[in-house]
Amino acid sequence: MLNKLKRAALGAHTPHDKATAASKPVQMPLPKQVRILMSQHIGAPAKATVKKGDEVCVGTLIGEAGGFVSANIHSSVSGKVTAVEPFRLANGKLCDSVVIETDGKQTVDPSVQPPVVTDKASFLAAVRACGLVGLGGAGFPTDVKLQPKSPVDTLLINASESEVWITSDTQEMLTSADSIVRGIQAVLQYTGIPRCIIGIEKNKPECIDLLCQKTSGIANIDVKPLPSVYGTGAELILIEKCLGREVPHGGLPADAGAIVMNVTSVSMLGKYLATGMPVVERTITVDGDACAKPQNLIVPVGASYQDVIDAAGVKPDVTLGKVVAGGGMMGCAVEDLSYPTTKTSDGLILLSEASAAQPAAEPCIRCGRCIEYCPMGLAPVEVNAAYAARDVQELGKLHVDYCFNCGSCSFVCPAKRPCTQMMSLAKAYYLNEIKKGGNK
Amino acid sequence: MDTKLIVSASPHVRSDESTRGLMANVIVALCPSVVASAVIFGMRALLVTAFSVVVCVALEWLYCKLLKRPNPIGDLSAVVTGIILAMNVPVGMPLGQIAVGCVAAIIVTKQLFGGIGMNFANPALVGRIVLFISFASEMNAWVYPDAAVDQLASATPLQVADPSRLNLFDLFMGIHGGVLGETCALAILLGFVYLVVTKTISPAIPLSYVGSMFVFYLIATQSLHESLVEVLSGGLLFGAVFMATDYVTSPFTLKGKLLYGICLGLVTFAIRYWGSYTEGVSFALLFMNLWVPFINDVTRQVPYGYVKPAKKAGKEGASK
Repeated sequence: MLNKLKRAALGAHTPHDKATAASKPVQMPLPKQVRILMSQHIGAPAKATVKKGDEVCVGTLIGEAGGFVSANIHSSVSGKVTAVEPFRLANGKLCDSVVIETDGKQTVDPSVQPPVVTDKASFLAAVRACGLVGLGGAGFPTDVKLQPKSPVDTLLINASESEVWITSDTQEMLTSADSIVRGIQAVLQYTGIPRCIIGIEKNKPECIDLLCQKTSGIANIDVKPLPSVYGTGAELILIEKCLGREVPHGGLPADAGAIVMNVTSVSMLGKYLATGMPVVERTITVDGDACAKPQNLIVPVGASYQDVIDAAGVKPDVTLGKVVAGGGMMGCAVEDLSYPTTKTSDGLILLSEASAAQPAAEPCIRCGRCIEYCPMGLAPVEVNAAYAARDVQELGKLHVDYCFNCGSCSFVCPAKRPCTQMMSLAKAYYLNEIKKGGNK
Repeated sequence: MDTKLIVSASPHVRSDESTRGLMANVIVALCPSVVASAVIFGMRALLVTAFSVVVCVALEWLYCKLLKRPNPIGDLSAVVTGIILAMNVPVGMPLGQIAVGCVAAIIVTKQLFGGIGMNFANPALVGRIVLFISFASEMNAWVYPDAAVDQLASATPLQVADPSRLNLFDLFMGIHGGVLGETCALAILLGFVYLVVTKTISPAIPLSYVGSMFVFYLIATQSLHESLVEVLSGGLLFGAVFMATDYVTSPFTLKGKLLYGICLGLVTFAIRYWGSYTEGVSFALLFMNLWVPFINDVTRQVPYGYVKPAKKAGKEGASK
């Protein structure tokens, strides 16, 4: 009750549309070519180490980490490099990419060998070598994450998957529970973090059961069922729900004594330690009302959206209206299907024209739902007024910079206003003004 | 590429709730009160309600037509205003005078300030107060249900000299004089439950308003019976459930709602107990409506991860 007075943060009840929850991932047909981006992570882009004409195999290093906060990039196919060229991303920026024509053999590079891990240094080196980044979407290099500056007492595994439609994490848990446990144990052993909590939303009882069973003999790994409301999967909110701690604004999870890893990341780590295969493929959920065969596909990194869509098929009688890369709440609408998938791609949602249409925005009735449902405790309706007046001081008082675009405010708005979009614009405006003027 | 894809900002899914749906919920919640008013005061109650609704909707449509604005009547908010205004007049109110109240509500309070969401006070409330002050004799022509046929003016329970003689059950069922919607507590409670169950409103304002009123009276009169009479009579319950919870003119946060409710209770108590005026709900609501922007300002939520700037750091800390 007292917490509700501080911050309601009700958590939106987004539709539990997880049609593919029981769809075991299957390998998609090998595309003719892949385009592998040199920036699939937060931080400096990797530097391409191959040139046109080079032969590469599955797992060959093709991009070397370009700094401390950066990650290695490996080839996901065997074949010939046909181009190393800049590619324009959806955000307008240019990014180097390596285009590889596949030979269909999928020969594995001889360098792919299980890493020799004996202590913390060799463990971190191995994590760095395999190019592992936060696969939940943020893409933060894992080796950097595992070297926190503050003392950490808990490793949190984010398995809540509260996004609409996406089930790739669910399937990862159901098919690779052993890898997950192996990955967790390696992290605990070599980093010295004393315990681990796996947070799973209650709407995935089969995952909870399986992981409880797999960790039953392990004293320092707990499975924590979480309420199934949207927002639980956000790193900050997960820390609050599992540990009852808040990460101070602008800080890292380590400032609240936690490291958060996505469940697919830790599973990937477990697989790498056993096989030596770096991050070259991942499971992507293909769903949506225009999708002919909604399913989970194992996709080589760099396959284009079009390739993935072709593998699942578009319903013949439906006009494709919108393609969303990611989930329904935070995913990004794509305008060009030639974009390549990356390590952090978790879903591709095909919507028909009818369901892609945006509802008309009506006048705000000041019902306050955007405030009640904001997981961060912000006030979009008041930010709206302050942003309309371009009032930098008021935007600062309203803490607009805390917003992480979860989409809850737009989702719950009965007047169908684009609150989240407004929040992003207001935040960008505010941060820019602060940078310019420096007066908060 | 031949097909053009729609690009829009996330999220790509929206809830089923709509403005029209919420207003429809309020209309459903008002139905028990409308039915009760017809049962208690006779069929003219329905005529009054229908007339008020038609005039409110017509005024809203006409105003927007004349100003070439998008037609807003589909959101049903004018229907809600019409019903609430009708529930706030006695059964014998002349129709022409009701129309005046509709103009005050829809044109003056709502549309002149920018339409739905922009009004500083509850439109139906201002309509009621305008009627109250302009046509005092008609607005005070309360009738006892049994005397409804011959339209004898009679007193509301608040004007009865000795409240200890009043029967609580009669009060609860609404068998007493008053305006259309305020007398039957049972009907209002049904509406309240419906609004809370459908999550149309938060119960915070009605509970804190009625609760604080009750406690203030209990402290002042030391009499449980008298306090209950105060809660069940006059416009308190109707105002607390249907007028104090108006989205536009009530605070956003739970903290704000509780503060608003308690302040409403205090002001209503003050007007009724110390003032010469028997019915304090309307003016308490209007008074507190004006405080809402201020309450919103002082009752914001604490955002996740907010760390209070250290006091010692002074200006450097604040201007990071």
